[in-house]
Amino acid sequence: MTEHGAQLAGSGIFGGLSADELELVSAAARPVWFGAGERVFLEGGPARGCWLIQDGCVALDLLVPGRGQVVVQTLGRGDVLGWSWLLPPYQWNFGAVALRPTAATELDTDQLRTIADQDPRFGYALTLSLFQACVQRLQATRARLLDLYRSPQGQYRSPHGQH
Amino acid sequence: MASTENASPVAEPMLPVPYLVAERAAETHDCVTLRLEPARDSLPPFQPGQFTMLAVPGVGEVAISISGDPATQDGTLTHTIRAVGAVSAALRDAPLGAPLGVRGPFGTTWDLPSATGRDLLIVAGGVGLAPLRPVMLGALADRASYRGVCLIAGARTPAEFLFRTELAAWSRRADAEVELTIDQPSAGWDGQVGFVTEPLARLRVDPARTTAFLCGPEPMMRFAAQVLLRKGIQAGDIRVSLERNMQCGIGLCGHCQFGPILVCRDGPVVSYALAGPLLSIREL
Repeated sequence: MTEHGAQLAGSGIFGGLSADELELVSAAARPVWFGAGERVFLEGGPARGCWLIQDGCVALDLLVPGRGQVVVQTLGRGDVLGWSWLLPPYQWNFGAVALRPTAATELDTDQLRTIADQDPRFGYALTLSLFQACVQRLQATRARLLDLYRSPQGQYRSPHGQH
Repeated sequence: MASTENASPVAEPMLPVPYLVAERAAETHDCVTLRLEPARDSLPPFQPGQFTMLAVPGVGEVAISISGDPATQDGTLTHTIRAVGAVSAALRDAPLGAPLGVRGPFGTTWDLPSATGRDLLIVAGGVGLAPLRPVMLGALADRASYRGVCLIAGARTPAEFLFRTELAAWSRRADAEVELTIDQPSAGWDGQVGFVTEPLARLRVDPARTTAFLCGPEPMMRFAAQVLLRKGIQAGDIRVSLERNMQCGIGLCGHCQFGPILVCRDGPVVSYALAGPLLSIREL
């Protein structure tokens, strides 16, 4: 297995792919670096590329009139950045900017999509890998929606100071 | 539950001992940390994870976890209180010199010594950081006794983190890893945005050598524990601090019954092997 293949296998996200499938992904991979403040992509732009973050921190943001660029989530080591390339209209829904110097593995998504179209078994395995990451992100977002740390004023209980 | 044994019993557990507010520090818009000095005699020393019953004369009594330094020898007690009801609001507003009644310390402990030689993973959500502060202070004071020390703390916004000065100091230490994350995007915050489970999921752990300490809202502890279990950490190596309606503090009244346990006596700190199945029972 190539160095990229081994790195991808160890990432967790692509851990479920077979050795052959990992080789296909790693053939489309290259290391990239982003400086602090460097924009990876802009909201609304054509969605090409997918990044597996090796180190650093990337913020997902969007422009809110009156508030500027609002960060909705940050990603770090082991996270996948960018999956809008997989679905029409192939357009970024959010922007991404490196908050700190960031090392990542960039995947050539044109190449991956072409292989996936030709080999549905690979396409399915790849989609499952990304879906797993997507579900984890969705669950964390749902947990945030619960607003669990809000003041429980008017409720009951203790001993952490609730009465 | 060898890991969270109840500490030595208190001689007169139902008798409030008079203390005076010696110091107050506003933590957030609704939280304050109070340092209490004994008016005469002091209560026995506490262990991290334990709580006391704090009484405001004429208002009432409430269970509050101890957030102070376990190395404190002068008989003082430190509590961090969020104002959410009549008693806690009175505590939040208690001026310097105000008399309070204190019973305790009660309940089980985080039992930090049993994690000697292991990685400590401390996960706090919101005011759940208060009962975990003594763990962090104890671990850092005896740093050589542990492998890694990692704190992951979540809050709604940057302004709602407790102990912000201390968090900043811990973040600068080379021998500890501190990850802070907020739920709600805030202007001027250049740190992490996301639920505590996200930095937790990114963490590389040695599951056989990690002891986790979780405190926060129950769903947060459940979600965090699920991440840890997926990483291969055994439920018995995950400790959680439970919250129920404590009244007597010594397992007599039964108000804090949680399935087979009384949280004031058998908790608040319990193993997730015990708490996990109970937390999913709606009727409890």
